[in-house]
Amino acid sequence: MEKHRIERTPDGQVALRLGADERLLLQDLPAQLRELIADPADDPSLERLFPPAYTDHPEHNAEYRRLMTDDLRSRHLAALAVMEASASADRLNAEEAGAWLSALNSLRLVLGTRLDVSEDLIDADIDPDDPRAPGLALYAYLSWLEEQLVEALADDLDE
Amino acid sequence: MTLTPTPVRVDEPGIDDAEQADRPWVVIVWNDPINLMSYVTYVLQKLFGYSKDKATLLMLDVHQKGRAVVSNGTRERAEMDVFRLHECGLWATMEHDV
Repeated sequence: MEKHRIERTPDGQVALRLGADERLLLQDLPAQLRELIADPADDPSLERLFPPAYTDHPEHNAEYRRLMTDDLRSRHLAALAVMEASASADRLNAEEAGAWLSALNSLRLVLGTRLDVSEDLIDADIDPDDPRAPGLALYAYLSWLEEQLVEALADDLDE
Repeated sequence: MTLTPTPVRVDEPGIDDAEQADRPWVVIVWNDPINLMSYVTYVLQKLFGYSKDKATLLMLDVHQKGRAVVSNGTRERAEMDVFRLHECGLWATMEHDV
């Protein structure tokens, strides 16, 4: 039976069954992304975290970006900060779990954009000769974690 | 069978551009290769209160047809929905309802 790394507890919290190496990784990755968001230096993979709101109205879109980008950026940063701070925790409360979901997803969005992933990636075998192999393996790992976290959180929603 | 008259908009003096801004807007979620199907379904349930069935149908529309309308309303309301979807990492835009 496959052991879940992330699982809902009977009292509605989220248990993290992660090894020490995993925890170091899951502390370091959000720290890296936070730094990158704070100092993007024209990194195109970050654009995926700040998509346009309008396709047909450039003036409206410019206004949206002007008014909302700072808020969106701080929300992304806040979620990553929570994940970084709680990477050693055994359990997450609902708020922390929500932040992990957001942070994991942000990490996957940026990493996936850089790797130019296709939709079927998770099921496909990673070619060890592909120079993207380490990144793809990391992306697959984060996707696996996020899938478990969504399952743990979805139980709380009314059907 | 009684014919129902189609409402016709009559431009009265004094109506300004604010009326145009209140034309309904739709919020669209676009397919992307990164977001998990389970995650998109969860977000639609969480943000809009859709049942799991409805959220799943919308997600499948996004996945199979490339896009789906997930909400509609005034421009202000639609922008708020787009923002919340962006916060969740979904690719969402808004446009005038046809």
